[in-house]
Amino acid sequence: MTVRKNQAQLTADEKRRFVNALLALKRNGQYDSFVTTHNAFIMSDTDNGDRVGHRSPSFLPWHRRFLIQFERALQSVDPSVALPYWDWTADRTTVSSLWAADFLGGTGRARDGQVMDGPFAAASGGWTVNVRVDGRTFLRRALGSGGRQLPTKAEVESVLAMPAYDAPPWNSSSDGFRNHLEGWRGVNLHNRVHVWVGGQMATGVSPNDPVFWLHHAFIDRLWSEWQRRHPDSPYLPAAGTPHVVDLRDTMRPWNDVTPADMLDHRPYYTYDTAA
Amino acid sequence: MSGITRRKALGVAAGGAAGLVAAGAAHAAVQQAEPPAHGAQGATAAPGSFDEVYKGRRIQGGRTHDGGHGGGHHGGHGAGYTVRIDGEELHVMRNADGTWISVINHYEPQATPKALARAAVTELQGAALVPLALG
Ligand SMILES: [Cu+2]
Ligand SMILES: [Cu+2]
Repeated sequence: MTVRKNQAQLTADEKRRFVNALLALKRNGQYDSFVTTHNAFIMSDTDNGDRVGHRSPSFLPWHRRFLIQFERALQSVDPSVALPYWDWTADRTTVSSLWAADFLGGTGRARDGQVMDGPFAAASGGWTVNVRVDGRTFLRRALGSGGRQLPTKAEVESVLAMPAYDAPPWNSSSDGFRNHLEGWRGVNLHNRVHVWVGGQMATGVSPNDPVFWLHHAFIDRLWSEWQRRHPDSPYLPAAGTPHVVDLRDTMRPWNDVTPADMLDHRPYYTYDTAA
Repeated sequence: MSGITRRKALGVAAGGAAGLVAAGAAHAAVQQAEPPAHGAQGATAAPGSFDEVYKGRRIQGGRTHDGGHGGGHHGGHGAGYTVRIDGEELHVMRNADGTWISVINHYEPQATPKALARAAVTELQGAALVPLALG
C-alpha cells in the first residue's frame, strides 16, 4: 500500500530511493512526457474556454490523477517509493532539509539562477531540462526571491474553512475553496508557492523541478483535509456546465476518469497522518 | 539576477512610468502611453500596443489580426493579443479579471501585457525564448 509521507520525515534511504527513481524516469524519457502533458494543459486551459487542469473545478481531481500516474511510474522503477508531500506552512525557509544536497538541492546562484548542488544540478549530468520555454537547459530556482513569503498555517486555515467547493463562473475569478486554494483569488496558496520557488517552477513547464510533485502532493492532501471538515460539501458543478468538467464528466487526457472517481484517495494511497 | 532586481521589475508593473523612474531602470528607452488595465473597462477592452527596448531587448505587444485562436496551433489565449520578445512570440493568456500571465510567469498575474513582457525579460536573464512548439 502506498503511504505518502511528509518529506521532512523521510529517512536517508527513502530520500535516496525517491531521487534515484526520479533520475531513472528522467533517463528513460517518461519524466519529460509528464512535463509536456502539464504544459499542454496549462497553455490550453482558459477562463472562457475549455478548462480541465487549471483555473477550474477539476484542478484538484486532475492533479490527483496526474500524481497517481506519476507515482505509479516511479513505482515501476522502485515499488517502495511513494510521493512525499511538502508542508510549506511548516518547512518554509531555504534552509529546510528539503533543499539539502542529499534531497532536492538548494536555490539557484545569483548570476543565472542555476541550481548548483544536489542530484538535479546541471553538473550532475542527469537532469537536462529538455521540455522548456527558453534556451536554458539547467534547473533554476530563486527560493523566496524578492522577500516573498510562503503561505502561513493561518492562511491555509482560512481557506480550509470555506464551505463551498467551487462557484460560478468556475474559473480564476470564482469564489469558493478550489479557487482560493489554487490561488487566483484571496490569500493565494498554490500559485504563490510556484512563484516562491521561482525558476522553472514559476513557468508552464513547472514539473521540470521535482519539487512540483511534493508541492502538489500537499495541495492534494489539503483537499482531503477540506473534505474531512466539510463532509456535506460536494464537488461542484454537478452537471450540464459548458467548458467545465462536471462531477461525472471524463477528464482529458485520460478520458476514462471523472472527478467522482477521484474524490476518495484511499483506494490509491493513504497518508502518514490523518489528512 | 537578484531578487531586488526582480522586485524592481514588479514595482514597474505596479507603478507604471513613475515606478520605472523610481527603480532607476533607465534601459527602458521608449515609454509609450498605455491605457490602464484595471478600472471600468479593464476586464473587457483590449490594451493598447507597445514597442520598446527593455533591458536591452525589444518587447512588442498588440492586437492580433488573425483572430487569436485561429492563428496556428500555438493558441494565443490573450483574446487576440500577441506579445513578442526579440521577435519571438511569448505565449500569453488573459485572466477573467483582466490581468495577464505568460508561459514564463504563469502563476503571477500582471496588470498589463507590457508589464508581463517586462517580467518575462527579467526572468529570462538574457536567454532566448524557445519557439512555441508544445502541445
Ligand atoms: Cu498544474
Ligand atoms: Cu501547480
